[in-house]
Amino acid sequence: MAIQKKSNIHILDGNQAAAIAAKLSRVQVIAAYPITPQTPLTEQLSQYVEAGELQAEYVAVESEHSAMAVCTSASLVGARTFTATSSHGLAYMHEMLHWAAGARLPIVLACVNRAIGAPWNVLNDQQDSISQRDTGWIQIYCRNNQEIMDTVIQAYRIAEIVHVPVMVCYDGYILSHTEMPVDIPDQKDVDRYLPPYKPHTVLDPANPKNYNLVTLANPRVGVDGKLCHGYMELRYLLQEALQNSRETILQAGKEFNEVFGRDYANMFWEDREDAEIIIVAMGSLAMEAIVAADMLREEGIRVGVLGLRVFRPFPKSDVVRALRKSKLIVVFDKNISYGSEGATCSEIKSALYGTYINASIRNFIVGLGGRDVKARELVDATRKAIASLKETVINPDYPEWICQI
Amino acid sequence: MAQKSSLNNRPLEIRWHGRGGQGAITAAKIIAQAAYVKGYQGVTAAPSFGAERRGAPVSASTRISHEPVLVVSQVENPDIVVVLDHTLLKYPDVTQGLGKNGWLVVNSPLPPKELGIKGEFNIATADATKVCQDLGLIVAGLVIVNTAILGAVIKATRIVDLPTLEKVMRERFSNSTVDINLAAINKTHEITKLAK
Repeated sequence: MAIQKKSNIHILDGNQAAAIAAKLSRVQVIAAYPITPQTPLTEQLSQYVEAGELQAEYVAVESEHSAMAVCTSASLVGARTFTATSSHGLAYMHEMLHWAAGARLPIVLACVNRAIGAPWNVLNDQQDSISQRDTGWIQIYCRNNQEIMDTVIQAYRIAEIVHVPVMVCYDGYILSHTEMPVDIPDQKDVDRYLPPYKPHTVLDPANPKNYNLVTLANPRVGVDGKLCHGYMELRYLLQEALQNSRETILQAGKEFNEVFGRDYANMFWEDREDAEIIIVAMGSLAMEAIVAADMLREEGIRVGVLGLRVFRPFPKSDVVRALRKSKLIVVFDKNISYGSEGATCSEIKSALYGTYINASIRNFIVGLGGRDVKARELVDATRKAIASLKETVINPDYPEWICQI
Repeated sequence: MAQKSSLNNRPLEIRWHGRGGQGAITAAKIIAQAAYVKGYQGVTAAPSFGAERRGAPVSASTRISHEPVLVVSQVENPDIVVVLDHTLLKYPDVTQGLGKNGWLVVNSPLPPKELGIKGEFNIATADATKVCQDLGLIVAGLVIVNTAILGAVIKATRIVDLPTLEKVMRERFSNSTVDINLAAINKTHEITKLAK
């Protein structure tokens, strides 16, 4: 049940929202390397630490790979850790992203989504975080700066329950550098929502133990005589943790609403019962899509919008329920799996397999490298998708690109 | 959190043109904040995205609405265009998309009719540069006109009033600099010439 709280609204950009959220979450170790468009976020955090407003260790590292290595080590000794990066920085972290997830450390990373070169580009798309899809991290995407604030706080709650790191993704510039009203939660409320981090295992010099031996394929007996997991069992447990995290994510959203009066699920679904055409988008584009859906409605075309929030674990059953009446699904992706299609389109198709839903699916690649995506372009693409049904209902092999080729 | 857009309540859109270092982005943010203080629930302020360099043409945008702003794409059809440096008027993209009954607000010593700009929009001009020079609002050799021009913007468009703007300025600026900026706003507001 939503409660009325006194609001504390400030006009903030996305990076400021993320920095304040990390501070409110009482992070203890921050390790980050500046990269556009994430830079103001790390600058803000280092200022908080320098000014004594945040009791944390700020580790200025020489690379993103080291940033995640520091976060991994700090998390292992029991600290709540935070980092942030974009684009090439996230790519450079790749190895350590696997490590953090494999070691089951509840690190939170803000990914300020930016295109990856070549060609060189500093603007927004979601290729960077999508390229880290299979590292074992939970990924949550934000549509606006309030969601950035709230999601970073929720991310710690989720990560520390399921022991899986969480990547909070938000669009570079479009959110990171755009100011809008954001309600800043009260520290007392955040403390109530987010108790101090209690690690399941702490490396402690006073109580030396041997961890992380080469783990063999098969289980084997440890020095204490107990049968220990092999590599595959440990990796199964990571998969199981992600599979089961749906409940924790929903619960974290529900409890957030109880404390802060803002409700979150694992996707944004506007239940427009009459809509047989559904637009799917992730991140800030899911806001623009609502404007596009309203424009189409004015023309008498009934359209609903599914905004994807949690991309990993992909909320299959919830997506299927939202799409149950759909006849046409138009998926806009700010990323592409080259030689295939947009990543969220693949997820939607996979979720629908074996269900009774037999909707046509059209995928459009949009907004790469900061190409502006206007509501009217989403409208045109949706109209085009509707017209294409007259030719064939079969789903094309490859997506269409909204660009000038 | 269900979000609904409202076409009947399309946000008011302002596009700011200046040169890197003039403070167009700060101006975009100040107006957004003032509009919020004035009771508009939806405001956004954004720089033009990408690399910016001192002296090079830059732009920024502000959206103002009674409901949360859902549009995240760049402004295409501004209701108001603000030009901090009149030499930018030679670029056609400065007034591009500015609609009928819109406002073009220019920092220029010339009265609106002598600007030589044709369009169906209204024009306001004020010599904000001279106001700031007279007041000594100069930082590192650069005349800082971004706050002064706000006086012209609100005189022409009445988005917010002077007391609201002053309140926001006092929140954003330190005590040592706020008074000179407020003086620049008030003086520019006073001398702004309007041509409807």
